[in-house]
Amino acid sequence: MSISVPQTPAEKKFYDELVAHKLLIPCDVPGVFGRGGVFEDVVDRLMMLISKHGGGDGAEIQRYPPLLSRNTFVQSGYLKSFPQMIGVVHSFVGKDPEHKKLLERVDQGETWSDDFPHADLVLTPAACYPVYPQAKGTLEAKGKLVDIMSYCMRHEPSGDPARMQMFRQREYVRVGTPEQIDEFRETWAKRSMTIMVEQLQLAAHRDVANDPFFGRGGKMLAMNQRDAALKHEILIPICSTEKPTACVSINYHQEHFGHLFEIRQPNGEYAHTSCIGFGLERTTLALLHTHGLAPAEWPKSVREHLGL
Amino acid sequence: MTEDIRAIIREHARLTVDVATLADDADLYQAGMTSHASVNLMLALEEKFDVEFPERMLRRRAFENIAAIRAAVEELTAEKAG
Repeated sequence: MSISVPQTPAEKKFYDELVAHKLLIPCDVPGVFGRGGVFEDVVDRLMMLISKHGGGDGAEIQRYPPLLSRNTFVQSGYLKSFPQMIGVVHSFVGKDPEHKKLLERVDQGETWSDDFPHADLVLTPAACYPVYPQAKGTLEAKGKLVDIMSYCMRHEPSGDPARMQMFRQREYVRVGTPEQIDEFRETWAKRSMTIMVEQLQLAAHRDVANDPFFGRGGKMLAMNQRDAALKHEILIPICSTEKPTACVSINYHQEHFGHLFEIRQPNGEYAHTSCIGFGLERTTLALLHTHGLAPAEWPKSVREHLGL
Repeated sequence: MTEDIRAIIREHARLTVDVATLADDADLYQAGMTSHASVNLMLALEEKFDVEFPERMLRRRAFENIAAIRAAVEELTAEKAG
């Protein structure tokens, strides 16, 4: 791979194995891969396993392309907290003369990105974001529960195959009263450990975590988030046991999105929101690293839970 | 200094009540300050008093009321003078 980012020996070993077995198909940018058939089959079965746990809750299923409108993106506050992660879509709008000039600049190896103005689209950074603008207004008593899945973009090129720049999150998103959120978080904290530890037999543990907020102000946001235990992750060793990989995250945003997107509880107060996100690629990689590169040889009970 | 701090709070903390009605030990988070507003407050205090809050102070507690902010700023300006 023409990789320009550092790779630990363990990352290189796993990366080379994944590529050799055609589980992942690399390109010339670190952290961006095609998925082979065997890999994708595991992802499909993980989706079904998660549905077995959450499918009876009456969630509304929604699927979006991995794009947000610029308005929704700005409204979400992501730009304030994580500018370093963003991928913005730009498109060419010129005529023939501009096109000719553009191609000349490309040929000469010059910068050409300023020929592409902002296309009013941003790549989705987290699968749950499209839910909030459509929840605007006052909620019904039962609140809102959405089952969502999307590719997500995070600009963090890495040699760790478990840190991709584009990956899928399967999420359940809850919008409602603080009591409804408490129940949702408790339910999914249990279910997610059942899935990871009992059913998939992964060496998972749950811990308090923080998001990678940007800058010095971000340090403060991260510490506030930790102090209030607003984010939990399920961590599984993939390329490192000292720094295990977050494969699931359970987030409580309090009234952050309720406030930003004008979502209200029936009593008029801002709605609270929470989401649980399963990293589909990361969980698949944890399975491949733990149980071996051939799913046909995984432990019988793991195969049964996945319907393999 | 307390008056300067109150003026910065008025401008940056986005309280839901008038800061003039708050005692020095009143909880600013209870008064409507969000986490993001507390970051803006922190940055504005740094600019006004020409100090830099070290990592150990970048916590909720250090900005929870006017007295705590004053104590933190005084500690940092004393360190600078010393």
